[in-house]
Amino acid sequence: MNLLDGLWGVLDLLLVAVLLLLAMAAVLSSDRRRSMMLFIVFGLVLALVWARLHAPDIALAEAAIGAGLGGALLMATLRRDTHQQTDQFPQHPVVLWGVGVLVMVLGTAIAWGLFSVLPTVEQTWRKGAAVDAQLAFSGVSHPVTAVLLNFRAWDTLLELAVLLAAIFGIRALGYVRSAYVTEVAFSQLAVWLVPLLILMAGYVLWAGAHSPGGAFQAGALLAGAGILLRLAGYSHAGLPTTRWLVRLGLVAGTGVFLLVGLGLLGWGQGFLHYPIAYAKWWILLIEMLATVSIGMTLTLAFMGGIPQKEAA
Amino acid sequence: MILDALSVLLLLLGLFFFVSGLLGLWRFPDTFARLHALTKADNLGLGLVMTGLLFQVPDVLWAIKFILVWLLALVASAVNAHLIAVFLHRQQEGHDESA
Amino acid sequence: MVGLSAINPQFLYVCAGIFLFAIGLWGTWLHAHYVRKIISLNVMGAGVFLTLIAVAYRGEHLPPDPVPHALVLTGIVVAVSATALALVIIRRLEDATDE
Repeated sequence: MNLLDGLWGVLDLLLVAVLLLLAMAAVLSSDRRRSMMLFIVFGLVLALVWARLHAPDIALAEAAIGAGLGGALLMATLRRDTHQQTDQFPQHPVVLWGVGVLVMVLGTAIAWGLFSVLPTVEQTWRKGAAVDAQLAFSGVSHPVTAVLLNFRAWDTLLELAVLLAAIFGIRALGYVRSAYVTEVAFSQLAVWLVPLLILMAGYVLWAGAHSPGGAFQAGALLAGAGILLRLAGYSHAGLPTTRWLVRLGLVAGTGVFLLVGLGLLGWGQGFLHYPIAYAKWWILLIEMLATVSIGMTLTLAFMGGIPQKEAA
Repeated sequence: MILDALSVLLLLLGLFFFVSGLLGLWRFPDTFARLHALTKADNLGLGLVMTGLLFQVPDVLWAIKFILVWLLALVASAVNAHLIAVFLHRQQEGHDESA
Repeated sequence: MVGLSAINPQFLYVCAGIFLFAIGLWGTWLHAHYVRKIISLNVMGAGVFLTLIAVAYRGEHLPPDPVPHALVLTGIVVAVSATALALVIIRRLEDATDE
């Protein structure tokens, strides 16, 4: 037991050291391409940290969304420039060091403040016990899903709305350029992987009711399928080519979430207050549509605009 | 107990191949050689680690999931290496023609 | 071994989170190129997430607090969608200045 605890201590130190070094290298490197690569690796190490801190939901989301999608998005901005790009700091070294000292002082102040209130957090801020007590009435048995779709459903609704606002912004910027030209080996891989990814998305969505998983991770897997198709040369990434269908898919998650909330309000239950007997089914309905919306949103975000083929 | 020992042995062996692959990635002179080290040694290492873990699974479903993960990683790394190699090859040919 | 196990993991990871926040803030402030600002901003966000999850951590034998977990999960998705919007705007900006 003691030996195992000691090993955890070594592992913690190693993980934190690698994480911080990667972050510093990603921020400080003068080569832009290298900085992006290091940031992707940073995301993957961060996923390990989440797993270490007993946050498997976040580990899944980080690996798929933070490192995977975020990396793909960053690389898409590089694609045209094959030559090396260097970023020098325009400021005087004194300014660089001065700001460095300043942010470290700020960090120390935050740490000091946080550690002085942390003991009281244990008693007052913690909602873990409250979540455990109410879990039986939430319609699902996985606490994170219960918080997302029931106890704090209001936050999740607004978060989906933020996603919607972002994709509206991206689509407002116009059309995307032509599709990628690809290798046969890759398009064959895509043909293999896309059905598997859709299957996995369904599984992760269903698993979210009782174990790590849910709409966000499932949506990210769908987006992965979309990005694969896009890279394999499909100009509209497997999305519908009719514009109103795309729009319907994009707003489905937020829209149905809102409608269910308002419907329950009209029914006399209170906004997003599911009746206990049906809570599971309402949550499943919302999560399914949210998965589709998140998947489509993230795919279109990767494409960076409206696909050419999309007809009005 | 014997299964545990077998697991540890396979994990250590897998670790050895991972370290070899890493050394290759670090020390080899050009990208093709690095790709070679990475795909060959690391895939063998991954296979050994997976086999080691297979002795620890609680039921068959877990085993199937493990094998599926392994197969996906194999396919993805093979295609990945191929794409990088093709890109590099084409780039170098382009350089030769212009020179 | 005894000395290392004496470090409280929560303390270690909260400090790491705040340090990431500071590094990210530094980069967001000083980098001239927008893509580098975005990367730094994401490092900053990762610091906030790490701090939250480290606060939610309650040791090896207790389940962690699910509320910060839900917050961070949605936070990651919001961060990536904001990043996507910012990168598209940057790309358009570069296209406009090229022409």
